[in-house]
Amino acid sequence: MPNLKDLKTRIESVKSTRKITKAMQMVSAAKLRRAQDAAEAGRPYADRMNVVMGNLSAAAAGSETAPKLLAGTGQDQTHLLVVATAERGLCGGFNSSIVKLARLKIQELEAMGKTVKILTVGKKGREQLRRDHLKKMIGHIDLSEVKRIGYNNASDVAKDIMARFDGGEFDVATIFFNRFESVISQIPTAQQLIPADFETEEGAERPFYTYEPGEEEILADLLPRALTTQVFTALLENGASEQGARMSAMDNATRNAGEMIEKLTIQYNRSRQAAITNELIEIISGAEAL
Amino acid sequence: MADTLQFDLVSPERKLASLEANAVEIPGSEGDFTAMPDHAPFLTTLRPGLLKVKAGSEVSEYVVTGGFVEVSGTSTSVLAEQAVPKGEMTREIYDAMLAEAEEATVGAEGIIKDLADKHLADTRALQDFLSL
Repeated sequence: MPNLKDLKTRIESVKSTRKITKAMQMVSAAKLRRAQDAAEAGRPYADRMNVVMGNLSAAAAGSETAPKLLAGTGQDQTHLLVVATAERGLCGGFNSSIVKLARLKIQELEAMGKTVKILTVGKKGREQLRRDHLKKMIGHIDLSEVKRIGYNNASDVAKDIMARFDGGEFDVATIFFNRFESVISQIPTAQQLIPADFETEEGAERPFYTYEPGEEEILADLLPRALTTQVFTALLENGASEQGARMSAMDNATRNAGEMIEKLTIQYNRSRQAAITNELIEIISGAEAL
Repeated sequence: MADTLQFDLVSPERKLASLEANAVEIPGSEGDFTAMPDHAPFLTTLRPGLLKVKAGSEVSEYVVTGGFVEVSGTSTSVLAEQAVPKGEMTREIYDAMLAEAEEATVGAEGIIKDLADKHLADTRALQDFLSL
């Protein structure tokens, strides 16, 4: 049995751990609200963009002059996986779940004989993937200096992706991120960016628009923006998910620390009692011997 | 005939305005136009410029750049990549816009180059409308 002093220091250290995790939980809760608001504020734009792009791309899909971003390069030999993770750890399975999904995809693609390239956004994903996919990694975008994800951050990522696409580095791009469902549930998601893939509502009534300039010019102008918007949405969802995941992870940690303190305190009291009893016995038997 | 239309101005980061308006003056890429109730369905891209919203006797102005406008008989949605109320426009924001427009023209080709050149010219022209 550990002695009293050791127990006491352990209790103290667990107590300070609990204080830290509690503080982190509260910070995350505050950040989560902001991240959720940001994600919500971005939704109207993304939704309308999706609808319009859906209409436009449905019309352009058949034509031979459809932009490459929409039609693709005509093959799917080289895949680019954009793995968006957090810059920090201590958020439960948040980073691992994205990386796990990406790993599965890599295995699947390699089994089909495709070439895989990886672009990481966020430090944690890079650290995890570096172990066994170092050679496939072609780039990294650092967002550790960014406090609040803005549209210009997404724009940087999208520009990087499009420059590589124009350079013929890959045929298909997919972004991996966590979709924010609730504080306790974030769903790792893979979304195809290039060739662009817009969800269109089947059978939805489409007003007959007059387009100015022509549909093709509009498409050429809007496609890069639509891509940026998709990246932006992914980053915002990721931001909210990260805070949600951290909040529940820290909540768990705080509770565990509390349980541990209780256990240790009981043990401490028992040892103290035992020590007192021991001393009493010694005194009494000493007195009796006289 | 209704005499107002639902006007929405959204940027990727936030919703700037959502109100009933009588008329909206929009800088379209092929020329300015005014959307009023019962306008024919119309979709166009934006050029950097000033957007004026008239609701009753109130007129609000926004500096917008990049994006598109969707007009239908009952509503007008403006999706601008960047939108700033005219009163909040500063020299710094304008310089950043100009720098970005200049950067986009470097190394572009074909239709993208044309678009970028036009964007830059429009951004330069915008300066005259702003008292910075």
